[in-house]
Amino acid sequence: MMNKDFAGEMLTTMIKIRLFEEKAVELFAAKELPGWLHSYIGEEAVATGVCLALNPGDYISSTHRGHGHCIAKGVSLKAMMAELYGKKTGYCHGRGGSMHIADFSKGMIGANGIVGGGIPVATGAALGSKMKKMGKVSVCFFGDGASNQGAFHEALNLAAVWNLPAVYVCENNLFAETTPQSEHQHINDIAQRAVAYGMFGDIADGMNVLSVYEKAKLAADRARNGEGPTLLECKTYRYRGHWEGDPQPYRTKKEIEEWKKKDPIRAFQQYVIENRLLTESEIEKATHDIQAEIDEAVVYGRKSPLADVQEAVCSLFV
Amino acid sequence: MRQISYREALHEVLDYELQINPDVFLLGEDIGPLGGAFGVTTGLWQKYGNERVRNTPLSEIAIVGAATGAASVGMRPVAEIMFCDFLFVAGDQLINQTAKMRYMFGDQCQLPLVIRTVIGAGQSAAAQHSQSLEGLLAHIPGFKSVIPSTPYDAKGLLKTAIEDNNPVLFYEHKSLYNMKGEVPEEMYSIPFGVADVKRKGKDVTVIATAEMVHKSLRVADRLQKEGIDVEIIDPRTLVPLDMDTIINSVKKTHKAVVVHEAHLSYGPGAEIVARLADEAFDYLDAPLKRVGAKDVPIPMAPHLESFVIPQEEDIYKAIKSVVD
Repeated sequence: MMNKDFAGEMLTTMIKIRLFEEKAVELFAAKELPGWLHSYIGEEAVATGVCLALNPGDYISSTHRGHGHCIAKGVSLKAMMAELYGKKTGYCHGRGGSMHIADFSKGMIGANGIVGGGIPVATGAALGSKMKKMGKVSVCFFGDGASNQGAFHEALNLAAVWNLPAVYVCENNLFAETTPQSEHQHINDIAQRAVAYGMFGDIADGMNVLSVYEKAKLAADRARNGEGPTLLECKTYRYRGHWEGDPQPYRTKKEIEEWKKKDPIRAFQQYVIENRLLTESEIEKATHDIQAEIDEAVVYGRKSPLADVQEAVCSLFV
Repeated sequence: MRQISYREALHEVLDYELQINPDVFLLGEDIGPLGGAFGVTTGLWQKYGNERVRNTPLSEIAIVGAATGAASVGMRPVAEIMFCDFLFVAGDQLINQTAKMRYMFGDQCQLPLVIRTVIGAGQSAAAQHSQSLEGLLAHIPGFKSVIPSTPYDAKGLLKTAIEDNNPVLFYEHKSLYNMKGEVPEEMYSIPFGVADVKRKGKDVTVIATAEMVHKSLRVADRLQKEGIDVEIIDPRTLVPLDMDTIINSVKKTHKAVVVHEAHLSYGPGAEIVARLADEAFDYLDAPLKRVGAKDVPIPMAPHLESFVIPQEEDIYKAIKSVVD
């Protein structure tokens, strides 16, 4: 399964997410970007492992921490960055911003500012796919916090009882916003909840892109083959606060440093070098190219025109 | 022309759409073998099967979310929420997802979905099954809101709702299901945003919705005998709202009373009188009046319920107060 091209795609996708997020954090700190920002840094293996296990037409829906999912699904960095700048050329013409990026042409049916709010909608996309016999899988990303929402329960129950082609990817980063998992639910493994819905539950190491890929592929295959939905929990960690500006009184620097030792990008780099899939110089060149692409996206975002204010009030309905 | 009930009129449209459009499907609680709590989908599960007529778990969040997601990828769901009182179990889905998806995502998707639901008191169903909440979501940009008062309107408006490529909330009054009226056998559409003059008159304009249209019509007959000629306008859709027809009537009558079963405060009537004050001030010869449910939960005991809900006497007094 692992060849040079695929290893390269996995690694570059994770690097692209990391560098895009670092740039976004920098621009936000410099007050160049309006709005709010929730960084995905640290969780790159989850979006990458899952999205690379999908077909191009498959659907994903995302969260307030959604940039990684968008990039892994192959959306345009330029249109994403322009959206962060609130420009006309952004995916939502400046109406959505960081928390609401969508690219329906790529099957990315929307990020969401409501924790758990996207789960029923993604379930509906799975229903549409099934009824129209599209053969598409609908993947819904959400976090440990969302697994306590009623929307999670209702959607997973419905998906199971209707045997929908859905994969529910719980990115358990151990914090519901600022509340540790141990204080917001009396379980460690959210995947256990699958039992309650009569669906398959699985756990991946969310810091290991190969573990995520393998489990996501199984889940997507099951969904595509009519074997029903899966709740796939990926154990991961975000390096930065819930939002940019979060003082993070709920955890220690030591804890963050411990997790950084398991960094998914560094770990996979070692893997591809040790297995002679890529060389250091190839990785260096790829990283350089990605940085150039991101810089180009920033210039595009900066230079793009603002939407006319009249556009804000003219397209509520089709 | 043949006469059929409001329920049968709605049923005919659902049956027709299921027949002609493979993207149309129904979902909701008890809509399958039972045919829905009020019988609107009777026989459709038996005719089209459980893929097209989907009995759901008791999960309003999942119903609205599934309808929204399915619509976003090309289906045309018609969801039933058994009582409008249950709509807000799915409040986030409605207000933050369905209403916003198209706009927030930069017009990338269409959401051709209809949510049928039931409003109204009159059956001693008490506080959680008797409300008229059509005004609440009219406040949220992103929905069209339809509120038919007759079998004829129910058929033509539901046809339009299913053909519309936007989220439509369709409010059916539970006391109207058995009402019969003339309804053509063939399919027809009634455009949204076109009010219907249910009774022509020259002395006072009454703007009424759902069952209040019929109460107002009876009051108008009584007032006719007293020499007062009442014009009754049914907006039929709250969003979009046909102010032109209302204002044209007020230009003639110079007086207006809005009647609805929704609670008085912050109700649809507040919006209509505000627009009249804004857009038709120069034509008005009397204070604008509203008649709505008293601002308390709907009580169960029949005498308490009818005291809280607008009755013909309340409408009569309101009209008299502006014409005298």
